[in-house]
Amino acid sequence: MPKLYFDIAHTLAGSLVLLSFVMLYQRRLGALVNVLALHAVVLALSVAWQAHIQGLPHLYITAAIALVFKAIVVPMALRRMIVMLGIHREIETVTGIGLSMLAGIGLVALSMAVMLPATAGVDPVAREDIALALSVVLIGLLLMVTRRNAVSQVVGFLSLENGIVLAATGAQGMPLVVEISVAFSILIALIVIGIFLFRIRERFDTVDVQALDRFRGERR
Amino acid sequence: MIGTPVSPEAAVLLVPLVAAGLLALLPGYRLSARINVVASALSLLAAVQLLFHRPEAGPLLFVDDLNVVFILLNTLVGFTTSVFSASYIGHELEVGRLTRGYLRFYHAMYQLMMFGMNLALVANNIGLIWVAVELATLTTVLMVGIYRTHEALEAAWKYFILGSVGIALALFGTILVYLAAHPVIGEGADAMVWTILIGRAAEFDPALLNLAFVFLLLGYGTKVGLAPLHAWLPDAHAEGPTPISAVLSGLLLNVALYALLRFKMLLAAHPGAIAPGPLMVTLGLVSLVFAAFMLYRRRDIKRMFAYSSIEHMGIIVFAFGMAGPLGNFAGLLHMTMHSLTKSAIFFTVGHIAQVKGTQRMAEIRGLTETHPVLGWSLVAGVAAIAGLPPFGVFMSEFLVVSSTFAREPLLALVLVFGVLIGFGALLLRVTSLAFGEPVGRTGPVQASTLPIFAHLALVLVAGLYLPPGLVAWFQNVARLLG
Repeated sequence: MPKLYFDIAHTLAGSLVLLSFVMLYQRRLGALVNVLALHAVVLALSVAWQAHIQGLPHLYITAAIALVFKAIVVPMALRRMIVMLGIHREIETVTGIGLSMLAGIGLVALSMAVMLPATAGVDPVAREDIALALSVVLIGLLLMVTRRNAVSQVVGFLSLENGIVLAATGAQGMPLVVEISVAFSILIALIVIGIFLFRIRERFDTVDVQALDRFRGERR
Repeated sequence: MIGTPVSPEAAVLLVPLVAAGLLALLPGYRLSARINVVASALSLLAAVQLLFHRPEAGPLLFVDDLNVVFILLNTLVGFTTSVFSASYIGHELEVGRLTRGYLRFYHAMYQLMMFGMNLALVANNIGLIWVAVELATLTTVLMVGIYRTHEALEAAWKYFILGSVGIALALFGTILVYLAAHPVIGEGADAMVWTILIGRAAEFDPALLNLAFVFLLLGYGTKVGLAPLHAWLPDAHAEGPTPISAVLSGLLLNVALYALLRFKMLLAAHPGAIAPGPLMVTLGLVSLVFAAFMLYRRRDIKRMFAYSSIEHMGIIVFAFGMAGPLGNFAGLLHMTMHSLTKSAIFFTVGHIAQVKGTQRMAEIRGLTETHPVLGWSLVAGVAAIAGLPPFGVFMSEFLVVSSTFAREPLLALVLVFGVLIGFGALLLRVTSLAFGEPVGRTGPVQASTLPIFAHLALVLVAGLYLPPGLVAWFQNVARLLG
């Protein structure tokens, strides 16, 4: 396989990690959703590239799902939601931006330190893809725990899920990838519909202790 | 079996699936409730057939001694819960907490959930297991939120988000297992077929397997309800309809545990991989002790028993983590006993909450006086779950403790400590619930007591006498688990 193939695959996977970092320092929800759309576009490119170099045409379906559903439909829905709920100005991180960036760097270092030795026997394209994918997953988790409203939590979950699709396509010839990406799309659609229907603004563990107590049925 | 048009392992999947489609179309809740019961009974029959007729392992489905235990338990509790659900739902409709439209949805979802759980249990493909667990999770999320109150929606949302994260991590672990198998087995679907994986697990890359197991433990562990990943569990149990609390505790936690056990077997088949035991032992003990202390602060009755489920899942995971023929045997037995007892308790609690119109324990007192059947059932159920003889839980807990004392006395001390703390909390609560001056509403109740009695009788019989056939069967499974 020409060296260029690796380089392009790694560039795309690396861009995903970079975009995950960009999400970490977004203060406005609208901007966060834009970055998410870009994240999905890069994912689609990356998956399409994997389909090309592995010669697996069915992966193009996964790429198409990523492009249409995650880069266009979901961001549009999220933008509408932000307008509907009137939360476009929200600045709502639990920790400071600097701290979460540092934590993000730590997580990338962690995933490299963990994955690269563990995958020594694996094909080199898959190997670094998986390590980068784990970084995307972990930063997605970080985004979910450092943000306080439902929309940005969903954005965190979506970026986490992009990381998993990256890992699944990087693993050569893995069966069921298309099915799994469809299953995930259903999950995401349900989450988005869920926010729409229930108008969930705050994330579940609100800092308001009284609301928490009421919710748990422990004080009435 | 001659004369059966479809094989039993297909029947445990097809019956719920067809029933779900049918129930989604049919109006009228009385008919739906009956169809729900009949479909659950048919699934149970199909599962019983699996005992006698073991089909060949296919690329997608397979049945061995291990998953037969789970399938039988699943369909049995699924059936009794559908009986309980029929009377429970009737009352909910009367008081107007649910409408007919929601009920149609509820019954269809119930069967779809049974389909998802059965699929996870008979699946031979680790990707398919994942999809099935996700399906079962989604259907339960929808049912937890069915009352549409603020609390129910919050609980469903929390369950949804935490469950999704767990399920995403589990998928990452599944991908890593595939990566480990890929160089050995080659590309394609074979590298995800469990029966092929276990045969050649010894040749896999151990480092990758270890890493995969960590993700799988965290991912599926979230669904098992292990502390500190348990946060969704009490809310989901407390705010959803009680039949769903019963299947969540009695079945869904087991299904996630089953997925975990399958991967644990893969690791155990590799001499160079880390022992999964210590990880599971630690998580199990943490869950047990944490949940035991949390039992004291509860004021909502369903929430309290949800914490008790965390406690018992902790004991079960601990037992499977200790492994060895005795540890696995005890874990398996305890899992069975817990499923039966806990669902019986939730049946009782469901009726109690309906009679009293509240789930607050402060407003429920003197049940044995006002509602003797329910009150004494609750006392019996709590005595059983707290581990008092002569019930089966006592025996399985005793087995766990004694087998641990023989090998790791220090761990056994922690275990006994946790069990005793939990025991105290339950005893304290049940005395105030069941005895003393009656408080609150004392109206009559139309309870379906049959499922409660059936479960408690099974647990009682198991505590007094285990049939040798059952013991041999469980011993065989324990050996399989390594």
